[in-house]
Amino acid sequence: MGKLYDMLMQDYRLREGLNACINCGTCTAVCPAAEFYRYDPRRIVDVVQSQDDSKIEELLKGDVIWYCGECMSCVTRCPRKNGPGLVIMALRSLSIDLGYFIESEKGRQQYLLSKDLCGNVLNYGYCVYPREFDYKSHPEAGPVWEWEEKHLEDVFERLGANLDGDGPGAMRKIPDEDLAQLKRIFDITGATKRMESVREAGRKKAEELGLTEEEFCTLLYEQSSPRHLNGQ
Amino acid sequence: MIYEGKRKIWSDYQKEIPDDHYFYVRSCIRQSFFPASEAAFLNITRNILGRDVFETEHHTTCGGIAYHSDTIPQETVMTIVARQFALMHKHGYENYVCSCITSFGVYIETLETWRTFPELEAKIADNLRKTCNLEFAKPRFVVHASDLIYKLREEIAAKAKYKLVNAKTGEPLKVVEHIGCHYSKMFPSKGVGGAEYPYVLTGMIEAWGGEIVDYPERRHCCGFGFRQYFIKGNRGYSLSNTHKKFESMEPYEPDFIITNCPGCPYFLDRWQYVIAESEGKTYGKDGHGIPVLTYEEVAGLVLGFDPWDLGLQTHQVAVEPLLDKLGIPYDKEKKFLGAGGKDLGRPALPSCLKCM
Ligand code: SF4
Ligand code: SF4
Repeated sequence: MGKLYDMLMQDYRLREGLNACINCGTCTAVCPAAEFYRYDPRRIVDVVQSQDDSKIEELLKGDVIWYCGECMSCVTRCPRKNGPGLVIMALRSLSIDLGYFIESEKGRQQYLLSKDLCGNVLNYGYCVYPREFDYKSHPEAGPVWEWEEKHLEDVFERLGANLDGDGPGAMRKIPDEDLAQLKRIFDITGATKRMESVREAGRKKAEELGLTEEEFCTLLYEQSSPRHLNGQ
Repeated sequence: MIYEGKRKIWSDYQKEIPDDHYFYVRSCIRQSFFPASEAAFLNITRNILGRDVFETEHHTTCGGIAYHSDTIPQETVMTIVARQFALMHKHGYENYVCSCITSFGVYIETLETWRTFPELEAKIADNLRKTCNLEFAKPRFVVHASDLIYKLREEIAAKAKYKLVNAKTGEPLKVVEHIGCHYSKMFPSKGVGGAEYPYVLTGMIEAWGGEIVDYPERRHCCGFGFRQYFIKGNRGYSLSNTHKKFESMEPYEPDFIITNCPGCPYFLDRWQYVIAESEGKTYGKDGHGIPVLTYEEVAGLVLGFDPWDLGLQTHQVAVEPLLDKLGIPYDKEKKFLGAGGKDLGRPALPSCLKCM
């Protein structure tokens, strides 16, 4: 039994998500990621089940574990009650904890995701906050969002929301004492540590690539090599 | 015969949904893109049907989107969940209703994991005490807000001003239902009707006069994929999944789509716009798209709410052809006005997708 495998087994999601895989491929057949990317959840579960540390390390350092969309469609259908999506979550967490995520194009996107999503949770108390969802970065949101962004207060008022307001209601301002509790939860449960190590690894990578933070973020946001795609 | 088989599956997956007295928690995505849907949910349950649904401003995100984007550890999301449950307990409730499907999945996963690993539950209770000084408690029932509307669907039907039928022909409208993946794919017994033939939205449509149409990719994911949408370079994943669903449902000519997840209606609506603008392909009649509605919006229309009070003007796919079919009146001059009739101008029109 390998050391990396032992570390993975510390994760409750792996203990719940891996029983005995019979390599039937049902998960791959229903997986939306397997259609789009060169991705085969069956193989991932099989590698983890093999307990072969060198193969697990390859997964942790590569792009493949970042292809999953965590839809959990595979969980419903697996005849052995495995959860390939849960196995992926455990692999991703370990890849981040060991700093391996930064070595792959898809893995290092965590730098941006961590900055944006954790930033929203700690600053506003929401994972998604409309003032941070701009039309420029999201042209697919369409001209109706372009209009809404321009008139955000007015549209939210028209729709009965309470944007940044006191008291209950949609998109209210979360009181400071509650944000302080979220911050303490982050500190005590390892989220702050994870944020800091992701930030540090990203900073080093940007330096290595000779990029400013802004240039690095743009690269992470836009880069997409065709080699990831199925049928290439 | 197939229908009888489904009936049997549905009867095997009937979860208990309390009739009243709920602690309500909101959804980050629904508040951002469909705030009027949450207002409609509270208006319907509280004011029209007289239920007790309590909200405190102190609840927060459940952290689910950050968690499923792998930016925070499981222990973090579980402690945030414990904090939400503790607020429920503090206010004297034991029934918990959430607006978000990602949250619903996180709540169920958390409770199930605590059941299997009691030492983890003890650790989270300790985290909660240290960080928030709140008393640890678990809800008796966790339901999604669509479960509650499903439970109340006949009461809504009894007060309906409109039925989901073509006002001219009297034919039932053809409706596609799309269930958020995290509603029951992980824990089928926690969703009404299970994972393969969920009944939660079908039950509403049938009670309100419409007809559900089946199609091959009915259970396929909308393609959100968390990191697969947030990062621009990954967005093709999201688009291609929505595209697959629309290609599959197109031959069945649905009049509209009903959803219970806050993200899915956004993606199914906006990617139709992108497909139209980039490929010139539209899935509705005469260059229109297929309207995608939240279940709160559908309930609101049935009850006679003004479409613009429900926020239907913030969809990219125009809803007017659907309103016309239903015989629901609307004032097109008021569509984009702010509160008190304030002039906010109008969104630009897409070049291909017909919006008026
Ligand atoms: S959770 Fe991941 S592996 Fe499972 S079906 Fe969804 S995308 Fe595929
Ligand atoms: S469906 Fe289950 S048993 Fe079959 S290959 Fe996937 S994980 Fe293994």
